[in-house]
Amino acid sequence: MDLVADAVTMVGRLRDVRVGLSPGRLTAICGPNGAGKSTLLSALAGLEEPDGGHVSLGQHRLAELTARERAIAIGYLPQAGEVAWNVTVETLVRLGRLPHRTPMRIDAAATMAALQALDLTGLAGREVGTLSGGERARALLARVLAGQPRWILADEPLAALDLAHQQALLAHFRRLAGQGVGVVVVLHDLALAMNHADHVIVLDRGTVAANGAPHLALAEGVLAGVWGVKARWVGDGRSRALAIG
Amino acid sequence: MNRAALPLVLGGLLLVLFPLCLLAGQVWINPFDPAGANATVILAQLRLPRAVLAVIVGAGLGAAGAAMQGYLRNPLADPGLFGVAPLAALGAVLSLFTGFAVQPFALPAMALAGAAGGMVLLALIASGPRTGLAGGVALFTLAGMMLSSLAGALTSLAISLAPNPFALTEIVTWLMGALTDRSWHDVALAAPLTALGLVLLWRAGPALDALTLGELAARSMGLDPVALRGLMVVGVGLVVGAGVSAAGVIGFVGLMVPHIVRPFTDRRPSSLLLPSALAGALLLLLADSLCRCLPLAGGELRLGIALSLLGAPFFLHLLLRLRRGLA
Repeated sequence: MDLVADAVTMVGRLRDVRVGLSPGRLTAICGPNGAGKSTLLSALAGLEEPDGGHVSLGQHRLAELTARERAIAIGYLPQAGEVAWNVTVETLVRLGRLPHRTPMRIDAAATMAALQALDLTGLAGREVGTLSGGERARALLARVLAGQPRWILADEPLAALDLAHQQALLAHFRRLAGQGVGVVVVLHDLALAMNHADHVIVLDRGTVAANGAPHLALAEGVLAGVWGVKARWVGDGRSRALAIG
Repeated sequence: MNRAALPLVLGGLLLVLFPLCLLAGQVWINPFDPAGANATVILAQLRLPRAVLAVIVGAGLGAAGAAMQGYLRNPLADPGLFGVAPLAALGAVLSLFTGFAVQPFALPAMALAGAAGGMVLLALIASGPRTGLAGGVALFTLAGMMLSSLAGALTSLAISLAPNPFALTEIVTWLMGALTDRSWHDVALAAPLTALGLVLLWRAGPALDALTLGELAARSMGLDPVALRGLMVVGVGLVVGAGVSAAGVIGFVGLMVPHIVRPFTDRRPSSLLLPSALAGALLLLLADSLCRCLPLAGGELRLGIALSLLGAPFFLHLLLRLRRGLA
């Protein structure tokens, strides 16, 4: 079921954005600060109604789905990662079952599966306030997984993580995509997008500047045009790095 | 303690303590020798309605505090501190001031309107952008307290302009918050309103849980913010308005009770609602019985004053804990 933005316009933030995303792939949204990455992500998640155009999931427009249908289909991981109360990891992850309203037994099974998928079973009883940054990021992602969505949209999930935890979380995202889930992440680190994404969308001042395979969308010409930085890719395969200057 | 057992324990305590509290007071009643015609009158006409009212008002304030804390994601939220109860009181005082209170339902109606209005203002302030949890809590607590002092100032204004000494005395005694000399009439008024409000707050439970993850994540899980705001405004408005019109302003119950029971739950706002209602009922029942027993020259200690004496240090203690990131 494709997630498609058709001529999405949000006054002052996005202009005529047309992108089509397919499940089973890891899509990265990149762009300079203020390019509209988070806005596009929340429009794709159905959290903001576009001023013009529309977002559709399969044959349905998102605006036509009920909030609950949308919540079951699309999991959204916000940037801030707020957890207001010092709940345990298991309680936190189980919150992801809220849209389903299924019997407790099914909720417990889905929660356990999500905890296992992110290697959190050992931390299930720990309070969120005692977790490290990497553990917390995994717990928040597990909350999304517990809802068993067909799409996972994450806003800068790697921002506060160190190198090792970035790699670990990316591996989780990749595995989810391998299982047929559509994964869309906003990424600031272009090298991570280059090496790990299947598909990259580059936004520039609210419009799509490039859209395609990483080596095309993040070609050196695009970097110069969008970021205004003279940079070149070094290395090869899935371990490329950006050399600036 | 097993988490599921908490409501049972609190409910059991309430069942045991309720009859015991009926016996306590300036006249102690011996349950094995309830002789004298007075005992029956004291029980049926004075203590029973008073204790029932304590349970109703306490349950309402405890649950309203728990729901407000969940809704505002603020452990310092309380209907009294954040202006909801003071605005309800302002509504009630205005009804006394203008003399509308002579009409049987004017005072409660204006108290309800005041409480709902206060909750609307809080919801509007809360729907603004929030930057960081700590900043949000501090800013919002201050905003709530300003609302509270504004309501207090307007109430004082009404008192200073009171048309006659009779209205003045009526306003002042009523404002201090107490359950003395309440009748079955007050119970009949407060009980259905509080019950309806509690049902609405209970229905808000899952949405409050979702809000734990912030408003954006909650909306992505299907939360309808407008519907939730409606539930909160009407629910808190009914519960606090009914409580205030029956007993005046009794502060800090909604602050203290959720804090005391939270460690015994899984800390989700929804799992806090029932224990907070039960514990709030217990707290007011016990506090009111103690007030009744304390020998004080010139009458008895007023319940609202007693709880403020307890609650203010508790609030300071919480603030200090928050500073260390423990709340």
